[in-house]
Amino acid sequence: MHDLSILLIELGTVLLGLSLLGRIGRRTGLSPIPLYLIAGLAFGEGGLLPLSASEEFIEVGAEMGVILLLVMLGLEYSAGELVSNLRASAPAGLIDAVLNAVPGALFALLMGWDWVAALVLAGITWVSSSGVIAKVLSDLGRLGNRETPVVLSVLVIEDLAMALYLPFLTAVLAGVSLAAGATSLAIAVATVVIVLLVAIRFGNAISAFISADDAEALLLGVLGLTLLVSGMADKLQVSAAVGAFLVGIALSGPVAHHAVQLLTPLRDLFAAVFFVFFGLSTHPGEIPHVLLPALALAVLTMGTKVLTGYLGAKRAGIALPGRFRAGLALMPRGEFSIVIAGLAVAAGVEPQLASLATAYVLITVVTGPMLARIPDTEWFKAMLRKRTAVGHPVVPRPD
Amino acid sequence: MRVRVEQTALPGIGVRHDLVMASGRRIGVVSHRSGRRDLVLYDQDDPDACIASLPLTDDEAEALADLLGASLMLGQLAGLRSQAAGLLTEQISIPAGSPWAHRRLGDTRARTRTGASIVAVLRDREVIASPAPSFAFQTGDVVVVVGTREGLDGVAAILAETESDG
Repeated sequence: MHDLSILLIELGTVLLGLSLLGRIGRRTGLSPIPLYLIAGLAFGEGGLLPLSASEEFIEVGAEMGVILLLVMLGLEYSAGELVSNLRASAPAGLIDAVLNAVPGALFALLMGWDWVAALVLAGITWVSSSGVIAKVLSDLGRLGNRETPVVLSVLVIEDLAMALYLPFLTAVLAGVSLAAGATSLAIAVATVVIVLLVAIRFGNAISAFISADDAEALLLGVLGLTLLVSGMADKLQVSAAVGAFLVGIALSGPVAHHAVQLLTPLRDLFAAVFFVFFGLSTHPGEIPHVLLPALALAVLTMGTKVLTGYLGAKRAGIALPGRFRAGLALMPRGEFSIVIAGLAVAAGVEPQLASLATAYVLITVVTGPMLARIPDTEWFKAMLRKRTAVGHPVVPRPD
Repeated sequence: MRVRVEQTALPGIGVRHDLVMASGRRIGVVSHRSGRRDLVLYDQDDPDACIASLPLTDDEAEALADLLGASLMLGQLAGLRSQAAGLLTEQISIPAGSPWAHRRLGDTRARTRTGASIVAVLRDREVIASPAPSFAFQTGDVVVVVGTREGLDGVAAILAETESDG
């Protein structure tokens, strides 16, 4: 009984603290992700207010958070959308992967880490935060902009790529041989393809199975199906997160629409717990040691994201200002980077990785949305006008 | 008076329709999955950016549509857009007084000259799919063209010609 009361008190304190932080965040227009991470750092070992009783509870909550984040992500897309996007935007997705994953991998090797850590850091620097970026685009009134589809399709491709990357990473982290890793990847590819095909063909039938009429039954049905599939995916070493993502994709129509409304508050709760948990597992004392490398990595990979967006928008025939808007919007990394880092930390890869990932995500997710406003400023517009007024300046290339 | 409405998918959000007005300005509508609609107005200096984005409720959108008059139904065309990269769909109308009214599709030699294909014609809320070269245009027809940006502009130019070089 004693443990239970402490658990309730600790949990209540954490949630109240988060609510306060969330309000501060909304005032300042900041994404709540960095605030939750900082809260986790404060409550963690070596922080201001170490928690002990609720650790296990928070761990389970964090797992739920990942699953809910991913199922909601899947619910946002229809299978048809994903497939058509894949065909049209594969080149942009490839540029994105090469420009952003490679620097992360090289950086890890430069830090003297092994190739598993390099694989992890590649994923962390590769994936932009769909949640943060969608919010930035909507806040800045850019949903109608002509470069926005470019930004969105890069995000879609990244999310889809994660469905292949996460199971592969899970297998590698489990320490299986390369052959077993390849098998796991093959299972993942087959699963993703089958789910997409089934969702396109029979999406309505699956959705009809879960009726959208009764809110309570719908909530329990979608949540139950998601947890069930996630658990089975985890057993197959395809990663629980990917299972959840696929359930989200398979659901469509009114079921998906209502499920989004019902699951959003749950997602907000458990995603907050997830970010806090990740902060908890990071030792705040380590942050200063990795601050400079994290800053360097952030500057480097924010630069490559700008280039990614620039090139993608150029391919789509967007003019100069739009190319910069696309590039600068893509910079924030968030939930996925933390999910990847979380997997690695749980598997005991490179102890410094958690603190580096925390610092890295903190930097990109705070500065990204601020820097995204640059193209709307007068001086930036004036600068671009000057450049185009001179004619198309030929940049000398050293070749 | 030709109106070209482009439809663009916004994965995860919804769909955007936009058109260039005769004045050269561009306006559009972002239709969210949730049913919300934003009326967007593009910047004159920077046609890729919208300077205003006005969220409309269902009722407001309906009222506005009533004010502006019945518009073309684009929903029917959703499946028509090609998925391949770089291919666009566009609708070009044959206004009253067009030299092409009562002339045949084959006379435009659109595909030979531009590489773009006329894949359908909308007439009186009906879709005439894959019209033959012998198909004769009428005033008020809306021609649906599929092709590259240049191809579409080429067909638009052909259909806007006052004297054809047939």
